[in-house]
Amino acid sequence: MEIKVVKQILEWNEDRSKEIRDQLGRQCVFLINVMGSPGAGKTSTILDLIQRLRSKYRVGVIEGDIAGQIDAERIDALGIPVVQLNTEGACHIEAMSIQHILGYFDLDGIDVLFVENIGNLVCPAEFNIGEDLRLAILSVPEGDDKVDKYPLMFATTDALLLNKFDMKPYFDFDDKKVEAAAKEINPKLSLFRVSARNGEGCQELTEWLCRKIDAKLQK
Amino acid sequence: MHELALTESILRIAVEAAKENQAQKVLEIRIKIGAYSGVVPQYIQEYFNIVSRGSIAENAHLLIEMIPARVECGSCGAVTEVERFRSKCGACGSTDVKLLSGREYYVDSLEVE
Repeated sequence: MEIKVVKQILEWNEDRSKEIRDQLGRQCVFLINVMGSPGAGKTSTILDLIQRLRSKYRVGVIEGDIAGQIDAERIDALGIPVVQLNTEGACHIEAMSIQHILGYFDLDGIDVLFVENIGNLVCPAEFNIGEDLRLAILSVPEGDDKVDKYPLMFATTDALLLNKFDMKPYFDFDDKKVEAAAKEINPKLSLFRVSARNGEGCQELTEWLCRKIDAKLQK
Repeated sequence: MHELALTESILRIAVEAAKENQAQKVLEIRIKIGAYSGVVPQYIQEYFNIVSRGSIAENAHLLIEMIPARVECGSCGAVTEVERFRSKCGACGSTDVKLLSGREYYVDSLEVE
């Protein structure tokens, strides 16, 4: 006997993701999902953006890591509310975990919440976590072939940051090739050449982010 | 790596649907996966064989059908099949395209007894 089912395999995650979106819509919080390889500069970029955004918005951070809390300590030192999310080996963050951790924040006192996802170009791209915006970070030393190798990450992100751009003279990294490949799979993508180390390109990125945030928060 | 979490979800969906229909055993689970998803079909069957042990879906065969990515062009209106992650109209080359299929990921039907 055949039974017709038609049920989304990722339904458990999609349902939670939608609940988060509804909740953060009501509470006027803008959620940013930051993704990239280990060492791409996710924490450094978030630290830089915190300094640029904190005069205008109240910022919070969810630090995702498989283990440890080194990154959370760096953010805590800035006096920013931060909660560490350890996935205990899992390769990505699921919406259910975010939903649980939102309870640790006073959301009435937060406008912008960053989620630093697990360092990985594969799995995090599959899981929506109720975010308003995705930032994918690719750093120059990782090489200019990553868009072709990990297409889903770059096809689903709103912005691509080419980080450590100050290192470009030392690497055979063809940024125009990366830009063309990324825009081919994701024509609406915004691309920024940045260095979280010396701040290059970060102002332009901040202005773009502020426009996105203000459009939701209507400030 | 996350194929395991997905496989557990497939098992859950299949067992629930089978029980709702008073089935004794799940023989086959038919799954549709779009070309845009990052899933490795071979892993799913391997994981399934492990997670389904002792359930009414033990030893069920997973029939995985891949659905090609198709786009509709905003410039010329053509609907064309595209290679994985090449979001360009196959007729005129425009990048002003809307994805019609390719992100599917669902359990379509079961064969039970």
